[in-house]
Amino acid sequence: MSTTRAVEPLPSGLSKIVNRRAVVIGWIVAVSFLLLGLRFYQLQIVQFERYHTQSLDNRLTTEVIPPARGLIYDRKGNLITANKTIQSLKIRREVVADVDQIVNNVRTLITFNKNDEKLFRTRLKNSRRLDDRIVIKRLLSAQELADLAVNRFRFPEFLIDSEVVREYPESELLVHVVGSVRQVDETDLQTLDPQKYRSTKFVGKTGIEKVYQDVLHGQIGSRTVEVDVHGRVVVEIDVEPPRRGESITLHLDLDLQRTAWEALGDRRGAVVALDPNSGGILAMVSRPAYDPNEFIVGLDDKTFNSLSTRRDAPLFNRATQGLYPPGSTFKPVVGLAGLAMELIDWETTVYDRNGEFRLEDVSHVFRDWTWSKSGNGGHQGDLDLRSAIYRSSNIFFYHMGAELDTDTFAAFASQFGFGLNTAADIPDAALGILPTTVWKKKTQNESWFRGENLHYVIGQGYMLVSPLQLATVAMIFANRGTWVQPKLVMSEHTALPPGQSNDTFQIEGVSDDDWTLMIQALEDVIHRGNQGFRRNGVAWAHIGMNIPFRMAGKSGTAQVKQVPQGEEYDETLLSEYEKKHALFWGFAPVEDPKIAVAVVVENGGGGSSIAGPVLRAVIEAYLEQALVQVNE
Amino acid sequence: MSEIVRWFGASRIHHIISGRTRQRLHFDGYLTILLLILCALGLTVLYSALDQDIRAFTTQLTRIIIGFALFVVAVCIRKDTYYWLAPVIYSGSIALLIAVWFYGDVSHGSKRWLDFPGLPRFQPSELLKISLPLILGWYFAIRKFKNNLLDIFWIGILVGVPILLIFLQPDYGTAMILCAGTIGVLFVVGFKWWWFAVGGCSVLVATPFIWNFVLYPYHRRRILTLFNPESDPLDSGWNIIQSKTAIGSGGFSGKGLFNGTQSRLDFIPEGHTDFVLAVSGEELGFIFCTCLLLLYLLIFVRAMYISKNAESGFGFTVGSGICIIFICNVVVNVAMVLGLLPIIGLPLPLISYGGSSAIATMVAFGVLLSVCTRKENRELT
Repeated sequence: MSTTRAVEPLPSGLSKIVNRRAVVIGWIVAVSFLLLGLRFYQLQIVQFERYHTQSLDNRLTTEVIPPARGLIYDRKGNLITANKTIQSLKIRREVVADVDQIVNNVRTLITFNKNDEKLFRTRLKNSRRLDDRIVIKRLLSAQELADLAVNRFRFPEFLIDSEVVREYPESELLVHVVGSVRQVDETDLQTLDPQKYRSTKFVGKTGIEKVYQDVLHGQIGSRTVEVDVHGRVVVEIDVEPPRRGESITLHLDLDLQRTAWEALGDRRGAVVALDPNSGGILAMVSRPAYDPNEFIVGLDDKTFNSLSTRRDAPLFNRATQGLYPPGSTFKPVVGLAGLAMELIDWETTVYDRNGEFRLEDVSHVFRDWTWSKSGNGGHQGDLDLRSAIYRSSNIFFYHMGAELDTDTFAAFASQFGFGLNTAADIPDAALGILPTTVWKKKTQNESWFRGENLHYVIGQGYMLVSPLQLATVAMIFANRGTWVQPKLVMSEHTALPPGQSNDTFQIEGVSDDDWTLMIQALEDVIHRGNQGFRRNGVAWAHIGMNIPFRMAGKSGTAQVKQVPQGEEYDETLLSEYEKKHALFWGFAPVEDPKIAVAVVVENGGGGSSIAGPVLRAVIEAYLEQALVQVNE
Repeated sequence: MSEIVRWFGASRIHHIISGRTRQRLHFDGYLTILLLILCALGLTVLYSALDQDIRAFTTQLTRIIIGFALFVVAVCIRKDTYYWLAPVIYSGSIALLIAVWFYGDVSHGSKRWLDFPGLPRFQPSELLKISLPLILGWYFAIRKFKNNLLDIFWIGILVGVPILLIFLQPDYGTAMILCAGTIGVLFVVGFKWWWFAVGGCSVLVATPFIWNFVLYPYHRRRILTLFNPESDPLDSGWNIIQSKTAIGSGGFSGKGLFNGTQSRLDFIPEGHTDFVLAVSGEELGFIFCTCLLLLYLLIFVRAMYISKNAESGFGFTVGSGICIIFICNVVVNVAMVLGLLPIIGLPLPLISYGGSSAIATMVAFGVLLSVCTRKENRELT
């Protein structure tokens, strides 16, 4: 029966309907197919351009290749700032969904401490582009690389990238000269050219690295690659190599820098040495310092806090930003000012009876450095300008100061660079203070007191100078009045920053004879010896004996804490940070100066005894070396 | 139009095989050749969509060959055998669907696969593409095509059970085309016009209710994404955007076989299965796509023509059911790839990678040829 049913035709009434219905179904299908065909037409013919572009966008990615940073050399061609390749673990920004998950995954692969995690999160936050590769951990060790090689397949989203980063082979020795690069942070993003710095991870934050950032940076290259949906590069299509940043050669002498560093020892202070002919900075030491390499890998908070809050301030560049009262090192300038202002001449004599000087209507008693409470020997007798310099008499200058017009004096002194930043490529160098009546009115809202002139002429009071400024003064004296712009970079190779030029300038109002006599007085400071008590140059006993060359200079001892009227300065009563600063500037050889140096030892004590030997060591090392070069 | 169809249907080119063999096998040459062309085309574009993976290609080739062998076997089976086997096949399908419910393998969040030891993995839902038309034909033959409202009720139950089981897997695509196929069969066997009108209206009325209370949020998102894929380019909009990009960037003549960047670079998920047309659309362009559509249309028209000319009501019902389910499958897949329908996993018959679908489709056409063209009762016995 079932078989018959299987072959039974449709009921006769139905077959006509069925035929019609089948045709209707056919039409419905045909119309749907027509619609599908039209849709193909719309996508493939009408909107072809749009989807074509979209598919190219999908497929091609242009990666930016950051340029290698320019290198930095010293004057002898020593590489003082290099680049090195490190391996880093990275992840693409766009695949980061759950940061905690990633951190956990990383922990199963390599050691990843709290600080690493914090740095990673910061980098993630600062990332600008979705296709950025975020560093998870920088500077992988060989062990970590091996572990990753074995286990990385579990986390295909992790990438190992080699990266070229800065290396400072001299570590802390040069950090205050060369400066350092740091990771680009949010404030940088606002100032940097977003195109040029698209994939740059480090920018110069201090020193030469900052000033010549644009020169050192170079030009970005690009690489157009075909990538798959996971961002893996399938094939390279087009490459435009990056242009390496220009290399820079400094006037700096690495050996001299090292000598100065060692001469300063563990004391806080600064040494700046200039080439009087070019104004080039031969050495610039500031101690204590820090290792800039730590900033590359990523410094943890604890270390950074300790660096930035330590009382001896290792991050602080004393050579350019440390400000100290010049003390007696100012006296040669004051002497020249007196001559120029015709307050004194080389015959002017003053008699120092008891190391005290009084000003009419002023209760304060102004004292010589030789003064003692007991009254024994606190005087220096007959003094003229020359002996006032080599004996460093305060009394002689007090007499001059009593007659002084403050602002005329300041105008003269400013020719030496006080109160100014005259360096070509150290924009953050401190200006210091060269007080004037206007300055005092403005800052203290007070008139200038006559007595303040007396502090002024011995380099105390309001006046503040940086070691760099003192070195500039030394250079001007070495050049007999010619100021040459101090600079770190050899301008023959690298253009100075905008607005700076190789200017020179002649100090006005000082005759050639005055320079000759003043330099003789400065030579006496060091070389005048065996003349008996209070007749030798103040520095002679400390550094002046057995010098194989002629050297001129001036010592200074600057008070940090005001000693109460009538009290004697007693070092044993003062804490470390209240002791006097030791200063000294000088140049040599006198007949043809090759080097001008300034030394400041913070809370060091006597200028001649503490700063003097440092000065001599630096100058001696340089001249010996120059001699060797000449002989070769 | 109808002239062309008539000529196409009536032409005798397919009588290549002649005499007794032809009578015994009852191959329709046209349909067979069209199917073989489709398989060949499918294998070609699939080879590219598989990234020229020769092993996977060989696997698929084997399946197609098995499919064709089973097609021949299916043609050889007498149509009355199908008739009395229909309830058995139907019950077996239901049993397998229930087995899926308990023992099915989970992939992509749904249970569709059965993996009995010793047997290849397969999707029982594909089996319904054969057993559903068979049981419909069987039912109508028993009921002698009375076409009452009562029939609607019984058919609702007969069809509703497997569809519900498939829907719950969930495999919305298959459930949907089986639904559409059933409605299509009800339509061609002459149920009244206005019943469909009433049914359509009630669905429209129910839509807001379904939208709010039946669909999960991710369903809604998928449907909404269809209208604005850019609103969610990385998640639910991804497939639509990438698929449209692939097809659109193919242009008139395509990027060339094996040169589709979208697929080669893995931008198209499921590029060798459900989205295979996106790959070939990108590589072979508008020309290929329209030709492929035409080929499907020809297969449908030819198969429908054969069904219409079936001598028995049973044959007509089974044949048209198979045709309608087949063409619904094609339309839904193509519309999905073109971003016209939400993404509901459904392969493109005889092109997408996968054994169950290819073999089921081939066998279905074998059954169609058998039930519509065999004349054993009169000539051979």
